[in-house]
Amino acid sequence: MLTDIQKQILARVADMKDTAPAHTAVNIRTNGQKAYRSQGEHIKIESKTDRDGIDIRIDPGTKGEKVYIPVVVSASGFQDMVYNDFYVGEGADVEIIAGCGIHNDGCDESRHDGIHTFYLEKNARVTYIERHYGEGSGTGKNVLNPQTVLYLKQGATVTLETSQIGGVDDTKRYTKIVCEGADSEAIIHEKLLTQGDQTAVSEMDVILNGENSKTRVISRSVAKENSVQTFYPRVEGNNACFGHVSCDSIIMGNARVKSIPAIACNHVDAGLMHEAAIGKIAGEQILKLKTLGLTDAEAEEKILEGFLR
Amino acid sequence: MLELKNLCVSAQSEGGKTEILKNISLQVESGKFLVVTGPNGGGKTTLARTIMGIMPAESGEIVLDGTDLTDLDITARAKAGVSYAFQQPPRFKGMKVKDLLEIAAGKALRLDESCAFLTQVGLCASDYIARDVDGSLSGGEVKRIEIATILARGSKLMIFDEPEAGIDLWSFARLTETFRQLHARGDVTIIIISHQERIIRLADEVLLIAGGQIRDRGPADKILPMILSDTVVGCNMLDQEAGRC
Ligand SMILES: Nc1ncnc2c1ncn2[C@@H]1O[C@H](COP(=O)(O)OP(=O)(O)O)[C@@H](O)[C@H]1O
Ligand SMILES: [Mg+2]
Repeated sequence: MLTDIQKQILARVADMKDTAPAHTAVNIRTNGQKAYRSQGEHIKIESKTDRDGIDIRIDPGTKGEKVYIPVVVSASGFQDMVYNDFYVGEGADVEIIAGCGIHNDGCDESRHDGIHTFYLEKNARVTYIERHYGEGSGTGKNVLNPQTVLYLKQGATVTLETSQIGGVDDTKRYTKIVCEGADSEAIIHEKLLTQGDQTAVSEMDVILNGENSKTRVISRSVAKENSVQTFYPRVEGNNACFGHVSCDSIIMGNARVKSIPAIACNHVDAGLMHEAAIGKIAGEQILKLKTLGLTDAEAEEKILEGFLR
Repeated sequence: MLELKNLCVSAQSEGGKTEILKNISLQVESGKFLVVTGPNGGGKTTLARTIMGIMPAESGEIVLDGTDLTDLDITARAKAGVSYAFQQPPRFKGMKVKDLLEIAAGKALRLDESCAFLTQVGLCASDYIARDVDGSLSGGEVKRIEIATILARGSKLMIFDEPEAGIDLWSFARLTETFRQLHARGDVTIIIISHQERIIRLADEVLLIAGGQIRDRGPADKILPMILSDTVVGCNMLDQEAGRC
């Protein structure tokens, strides 16, 4: 049975109302325990036997099915570490909705470290949506350290949408994508908002080994108050390939943002590009919205809302 | 009626204070169409930004239909019925054309409503409604979206700053028609900063501003020949006094 707090968190991180959708692969983990599991038509979830975590097997050719694997940490001071492996069959086309919500009313540090590894077979397509969220009245920190590692075979495509909008005190994110096969493609949309004294580090390695493999990384972040963000987007091109990284951050108050990109071309036909911009909200944007009847605060909110959409 | 009384605006710069607008007094009757023209740097944009509250007035008064706007901030002036299409509208990453139109209108808009505003500025609505108002739009596109937001806002006073800039001739024809129709409605006071003969010809009155002062005002037939002759000379005779020539 899930508590109300747990249900609320599920709604936020996985768009789930009261229960999980029927005939769908779902695994809900709360405070380190399996709270709910169901199997999909072509997607099976099994607990690992050697360590904490699950194996998710998606049959070849599976089309349009979804997998939900939300995690809830609501016991203050709980430290969770989990390994989830995804095996995505040839030609499958699925959406995976992961996410972690922490509700911490206590004074101890609550933490979830998830290590997700994906193996995409030929022409598999995955959209991976990961939302991170923290709340609670306690002084204990909410800490999330996700690691996401993906291996793509020929023609495989992954779209990674990660967002962390508030409430997470410390986060260290590591993402590694190896585009091993020809024509494989990785698209990453990262959204991050920090406030108060929060810190966030996002490190990323995209390795383009396959011929005509491609990547596009779009990172948008807002750092408010005293928060600190650091980005290390790195792309390596070892074949004829294309990569584009764009990082855009808005800073407010006393916040600090550092972006340390690296692009490495190890092949004459590798084309990699990087753009980064960090700055405060443009004054003219605020003025424009005020002339449309918004207050300063409303204007700022609209600008950030669009920016992090 | 919009009334400007002895409006003075100056800017602080390294060399001290520079007067940009010098003692501007002006009355525009409700429902009238005024075109403001004059050489670059004459103070037209400053005048518009001062009416909107973006630039502070050093002295003088701004009154709209009996409401003294002088001490109101931008938001309050917007709520009192002033709107202004920027000469150089800012872009917004992640904000959709539809969002901006809805902010301007102050309410959710049906698809056909937002499309109508875009059509009126010569944009094919279905191509634009879901696009971001960011660097992917051309200058002329951003300008027209800016004008559409003013139409969506529907204030009683609309000020447009060089709406023709960057716009192709086909769209320009559509735009002048929109201004004509807006004027025909009779319930909007329109001030357009423009150098275009086709817009000037629509005006009830034309105001010539140079060197921070009103140099002349009158019907299009009086002011147009002055602009045209100056263009031919390629040097602004009106500005001699300011020593710019
Ligand atoms: N904020 C400002 N600070 C200093 N000078 C300004 C400022 N705004 C405008 N000016 C100056 O005032 C003059 C009038 O500018 P503007 O109103 O933009 O003219 P126009 O729109 O007629 O071309 C110009 O010389 C311009 O450089
Ligand atoms: Mg101007």
